[in-house]
Amino acid sequence: MNKNKEQLLNKRYKAEQRFRLYGLSAIFMALLFLTIFIFKIFSTGYSAFQKTWLIVPVTFDAELMMLDQNPSKEDLQDADYYDIALKSMADLDPNANEDQENELKRMVSYFFEKEIKNELLNDPNLIGKTKEVYLTASDDLDQVFKGNYPRDLPEDQRRVSDYQLKIFDQLVANGKVESKFNISFFTNADSREAELAGIASSFMGSIFSILVCLMIAFPVAVLAAIYLEEFAPKNRFTDFIEVNINNLAAVPSIVFGLLGLGVLLAIFQLPRSTPLVGGITLSLMTLPTIIIAARASLKAVPPSIREAALAMGASRMQTTMHHTVPLSMPGTLSGTIIGLAQALGETAPLILIGMVAFVNTIPGSPMDPAASLPVQIYIWAESAERGFVEKVSACIMVLLGFLIIMNLFAQIIRHKFEKKWS
Amino acid sequence: MNLILFTFIVLLGFTSYYFGRKKAYTIQSTKKRLTALPQFYGYYLAIWCAIPAFIIFSLWAIFEPTIVKLLILSDYSNQGYLDDELNLLYEKSKALSRGQFTGEITPFIEASAEKYLSLRSIAQSSKVVIVLSAIIASVAYAYKRISSNSRTREPVEKFLNAVLFTASLAAILTTVGIVFSLIFQTIDFFKVIPLFDFVFGTHWYPAKAFVRDSSEALDPTMYSDTFGAVPIFAGTFFIAFIAMCVAIPIGLMSGIYLAEYASTKVRQYAKPLIEILAGIPTVVYGFFAALTVGPFLKELGTSMGLEVSAESALAAGGVMGIMIIPFISSLSDDVITSVPQSLRDGSYAMGATKSETIKRVIFPAALPGIVGSILLGVSRAIGETMIVVMASGLAANLTLNPLESTSTITAQIVVILIGDQAFGDPKTQAAFALGMSLFLVTLCLNIVALRVVKKYREKYE
Repeated sequence: MNKNKEQLLNKRYKAEQRFRLYGLSAIFMALLFLTIFIFKIFSTGYSAFQKTWLIVPVTFDAELMMLDQNPSKEDLQDADYYDIALKSMADLDPNANEDQENELKRMVSYFFEKEIKNELLNDPNLIGKTKEVYLTASDDLDQVFKGNYPRDLPEDQRRVSDYQLKIFDQLVANGKVESKFNISFFTNADSREAELAGIASSFMGSIFSILVCLMIAFPVAVLAAIYLEEFAPKNRFTDFIEVNINNLAAVPSIVFGLLGLGVLLAIFQLPRSTPLVGGITLSLMTLPTIIIAARASLKAVPPSIREAALAMGASRMQTTMHHTVPLSMPGTLSGTIIGLAQALGETAPLILIGMVAFVNTIPGSPMDPAASLPVQIYIWAESAERGFVEKVSACIMVLLGFLIIMNLFAQIIRHKFEKKWS
Repeated sequence: MNLILFTFIVLLGFTSYYFGRKKAYTIQSTKKRLTALPQFYGYYLAIWCAIPAFIIFSLWAIFEPTIVKLLILSDYSNQGYLDDELNLLYEKSKALSRGQFTGEITPFIEASAEKYLSLRSIAQSSKVVIVLSAIIASVAYAYKRISSNSRTREPVEKFLNAVLFTASLAAILTTVGIVFSLIFQTIDFFKVIPLFDFVFGTHWYPAKAFVRDSSEALDPTMYSDTFGAVPIFAGTFFIAFIAMCVAIPIGLMSGIYLAEYASTKVRQYAKPLIEILAGIPTVVYGFFAALTVGPFLKELGTSMGLEVSAESALAAGGVMGIMIIPFISSLSDDVITSVPQSLRDGSYAMGATKSETIKRVIFPAALPGIVGSILLGVSRAIGETMIVVMASGLAANLTLNPLESTSTITAQIVVILIGDQAFGDPKTQAAFALGMSLFLVTLCLNIVALRVVKKYREKYE
């Protein structure tokens, strides 16, 4: 009998330990996912911050550029750089036939003519001389150099030919290939060519959308929260508003995209693909988040503050505006930042209002067509070229960086400025 | 132009505030008692400056385009143009006046463009005149009232209260906007496609319904068997089901561990770390699912002799489950912590172990709250878009094999509406009909879940 009891107890203790282990492993799993996730993004993305350059000797032959003696600045602008650019690439292999010359040309980006031109514009004395110029390598060679390209595939299955690889290896052996920090990733707009594509346009698009979103959502949400928390009578109508807010906070984001499409674009005829429409759509989405945060922080202000102000003869409006609202601001602001961080990561509604259009200019105002960072991730992730994979991860790193900064900021505001009552 | 006028009006507002306050001080200096603090006199005046400006600006924004259009098109009435042609003519002349016109310029269009420009400038200058005179009149009226030292605080506060109330209507307006934007397209859709075919049809090929000629659009036989939404609904719930299979055990167990077992230190670090998962944008999950999880599952399947699609429902659902873990874990954590300590103490006093207490006492007590949090998680899974668009297939398969690709409501909406849309095309309307069903389903889930959670909270508060 006693033995039985002991067995039973042991069994119960074992069950206890098992249960505890389940809980621990659940947490462990969740954290494991997070780690794998971050590791994967970083390991594929960090290489995008480096860019491969070919160092190619260019002879600035005045005759080939159709330049006269003593050319002016305008002449240099209008000169023909294509021939010397082509020639300098072809000169990498003196024995190249016509097809091979074409392949040589495709080892650099189609931007190479412009890079040579800029070199000469910076130093007009180069005419007639030869100089080694840094040319952006094509995205495939860029990947080869970074070791991401499967070189052992049969030739007809890869976009880099054996011939190009041979020349490239020669250049590497001669130290004519260099990897430098990829500034153009931050300064260029989107491009069809992976080696030239950058995040500047989508970054500006994101900034403009978030600003529009902030300017609409923050005032409306704070005013609404003040009304509901401080002034609203308790009746059916205010209950209805409350149900509405709670429900809106859980409506799928794509439905807001349909709202933007069906109302803002179709009825109000606002311009498509612009951060203005994107921002308005996002603001409708963030509104409930901010209202809920603002109400919570208004609720946290102790009634004694209000009673003291009222006792001193302040009206209800004065009490609210001079005492309650300022005291609730830290909580409201951190809620706002968290709401904006959510809006910054939102993709689906922006796709529906046309912010996926290919934009290769950097938008200067909220009325210009633009993409946004998450949409850029989507666009690049859908393209087939290998060069875009690391770009996507790098873009994700930039986006996550922003989200982390915003959340930290929200935390700091909350901990530094929020008054602890009681 | 509008911007300058706007800045000018704002400046006017500030000046009137200043003069109002100054008036209050002069009244005070005559030893008369003020009815309110001096700044209320200022606010009062500023409000009387802002209201007419606001009203006239919004009236103008609403009516100006229509009136200009009517005036321009009145030239072409009685000439036998159709409405569509007139609209086109109007758009052309508008584009020409902005210098954005690229087509052939006819004298008609040129004349209308000139007329458009002159009308616009007349409208602009009359707007300036009307706004300014209205402001002057209303500020003068208000100034007179201030001078006679009538009440200012009450009207100002009433106005502020009205502003606050209007802001609180934003939430209702948004809901109305959602319903409004969905319902008309949906009704149009069901005029062409019978509701029965939509709800019970098993073939979904919206690409077949691509119509170039609008005159063909009204032939319903063309669309039979293209808009059957069963595969879409099935795919949606199937992927959500896979997601919940991942999220519920992990989320619930970590919630329980955090609430009952974890030391303060572990809790302090583990909770925010898990919540990071909720802050990662869904497009990032989508990329992860498409680039890493999909190919990984495919290779794993091939090595075990299974045929796995690279865009399997399992990949999308699994990654979606990871995304939902923090929702369930933090909500159930909250719910479990709010179970009164007395219940635990009672159970311990009877000799129960911790896990027995959790399983037999706390879990049943917290069940409504946990169910609520799971329902919210389901609603998120159903509404999730980017993961499915990027990681699962876009073709609607009716299947229950997690290794094949399926499609969801959200993914279909994106597929249909990405790029240019023609309103009035059944394909576009189908997207809105799908949006409507998505909205209704999530609405029901949310309302039930929120009610359950609220009821539960009230029980223990």
